[in-house]
Amino acid sequence: MPNNSTSFATQLQKAQHHAMQNDPGMICMGLGIDDPKAIFGTTSGLQTAFGQSRVFDMPTAENAMTGIGVGAAIAGTRVLMTHQRVDFFLLAMDQLVNNAAKWHYMFNGQMSVPLTIRLIVGRGWGQGPTHQQSLQSWFSHIPGLKVVVPGLTDNAGQLLYDAIMDNNPTIFLEHRWLHNQIASEDECQPLTEQPRHTRILREGEDYTIISNSYMLSEALQAQKYMQQFGIQCEVIEIASPTNIDWHVLYQSVKKSRRCIVTDMGHTFCSLASEIANRIYSECFQSLLCPVTTLGLPHYPEPTSYGLTPDYYPNINSFIQTISGNCGVDIARITTTQHHDIPGEWFKGPF
Amino acid sequence: MPDLKEVYFQTLRIRKIEEAIAERYSEQKMRCPTHLSIGQELVPVAISQYLTTRDKAYSSHRAHAHYLAKGGDLSKLIAELHGKSGGCTAGRGGSMHLSDLDCGFIASTAIVGNSIPLATGNALHQQLSQSDGITISYFGDGATEEGAFYESLNFATVRSLPILYACENNQYSVYSPLSVRQPASRSIAKLAAEIGVKSFSVDGNDPQRVLEASQAAIEFIRKERKPALVEYFTYRHREHCGPNFDDELNYREAHEVEEWLANDPLKNLQKLLSSDSDFSHFQARVSEQITQEIEAAFNFASSSPFGDPIDNERYIYAK
Repeated sequence: MPNNSTSFATQLQKAQHHAMQNDPGMICMGLGIDDPKAIFGTTSGLQTAFGQSRVFDMPTAENAMTGIGVGAAIAGTRVLMTHQRVDFFLLAMDQLVNNAAKWHYMFNGQMSVPLTIRLIVGRGWGQGPTHQQSLQSWFSHIPGLKVVVPGLTDNAGQLLYDAIMDNNPTIFLEHRWLHNQIASEDECQPLTEQPRHTRILREGEDYTIISNSYMLSEALQAQKYMQQFGIQCEVIEIASPTNIDWHVLYQSVKKSRRCIVTDMGHTFCSLASEIANRIYSECFQSLLCPVTTLGLPHYPEPTSYGLTPDYYPNINSFIQTISGNCGVDIARITTTQHHDIPGEWFKGPF
Repeated sequence: MPDLKEVYFQTLRIRKIEEAIAERYSEQKMRCPTHLSIGQELVPVAISQYLTTRDKAYSSHRAHAHYLAKGGDLSKLIAELHGKSGGCTAGRGGSMHLSDLDCGFIASTAIVGNSIPLATGNALHQQLSQSDGITISYFGDGATEEGAFYESLNFATVRSLPILYACENNQYSVYSPLSVRQPASRSIAKLAAEIGVKSFSVDGNDPQRVLEASQAAIEFIRKERKPALVEYFTYRHREHCGPNFDDELNYREAHEVEEWLANDPLKNLQKLLSSDSDFSHFQARVSEQITQEIEAAFNFASSSPFGDPIDNERYIYAK
């Protein structure tokens, strides 16, 4: 580990500190925001730095508290809310969809809602049916919402800072398995610069992989592995489903003529299927094989370790698809690591 | 105590505006669901006597009286009902999404109970920014069955927010009476008191009682910087949504309707003012003035153009 290493969680924490400094009216609220675990370390030191009136724990009332955030934001307070699991936030869909998303439009541009909601996606260790949903497709379906789904440490802080400072309601979906992801501080994008939401991370001629969130880690590993066999994958990050540079995607697919789109959620009616549909429309003549969507099957995640080894796509899902469509026989990777944890550092329970 | 003639004027004005909307609704030019405030006008008129533009209001689907009493522009309301570009949201929101920021009427929303958290958030902003203003949250008895009501009052108490929860209890959620929705022993005021909110309960059609309770609640909020709730018992004269009477459906007992029509806030104000020798003259004068104002508002709405659908993609996002 290099001396100047940093983590995904640290970058998020820095972004919040910086935003609170730059907007003296801004508030942060969330269940457990100031507790000893500080939301996986992402809110450490915030309350000490900015006081209890600006950084505060809240009642277990997701719906009204979201509405209170919306109401304060409409009045002119910049608001950041954090929920430790997406699934609990579903109680607040009325406030998000009927009020936050539509407010600026419905009142003809007279008011805006500078509100960011951090939602953390769980996975593995028996998180089961109601602690791991990744609903980027749901949120992206609603006009007026911005959705940001970070996948890498180098721009996680920048993406969060930008979301907070944006004057629109923004859902910031963090995957739990990314919090410990390490990068060098030198690689991290300056917080206050405008982020690029669509980024080509690896260039390649043979296959386009469009990905975000934790699946981006699997995609990058697959890219590296396939390189050994002479197959060059182009990996594109789409950090915001509501702000995709479509031209970059089309240009890549027209070049590579093959494409995988990943999704952390169920692929049925998903962001992945929407992207695949657009690629079929725009790149139909170029495609050598069908676009593959890699995501979850259409049933809830069972809790049991024994029932879930194949629930999430992994590096082998990429290897299988790519080798099949390129007409080469490439061995899968065998691993002894448990499928329900991101690494040996993870010991549960939560 | 505010001038009762002024209260009468404001109440009559809203009544006549709502009746004019009802009368012309069948022309089918106002093509949006419309929930009239007829019978419930006194509550917001009384509350608004104690407010300034620094005080902000939120409301729900039955919002015309709240908007008008706070000082919302009449022409923009009528144009909004007609879906015209001169409307208060240029036709984007309709009757259930009103706003007039100049007078401090932030917004009404259509989903039962969902503006209560917004109002509470506004009060949080007032507290954080050390404003001396307060927030008014208008809603009906149905909204008190929503979790958002309880959750908001709970937070307002925990955080000591300057907000008046104004509950107009008209006893019906569309056709469903309170008896199928809440236990017979329930008092919304007592429920709020148990949550920790200073509470009052009053006949919402009795002018003096309504003024007294509203004044007491608002003075408490201003002085203590804490939340209060007033439960105002009142009655809508017409159907839940639309311009007509619907008593032929028999969902309300005939004697109940008669009693409440006899306890009409406008009639009650007239009785109180009848001993004033100047009253009939005043009544005739303001009535004529209001009629002219309404006529002008409908003319404005009629002459205001529809917006251009080419602009429909504007304002999806703020800059």
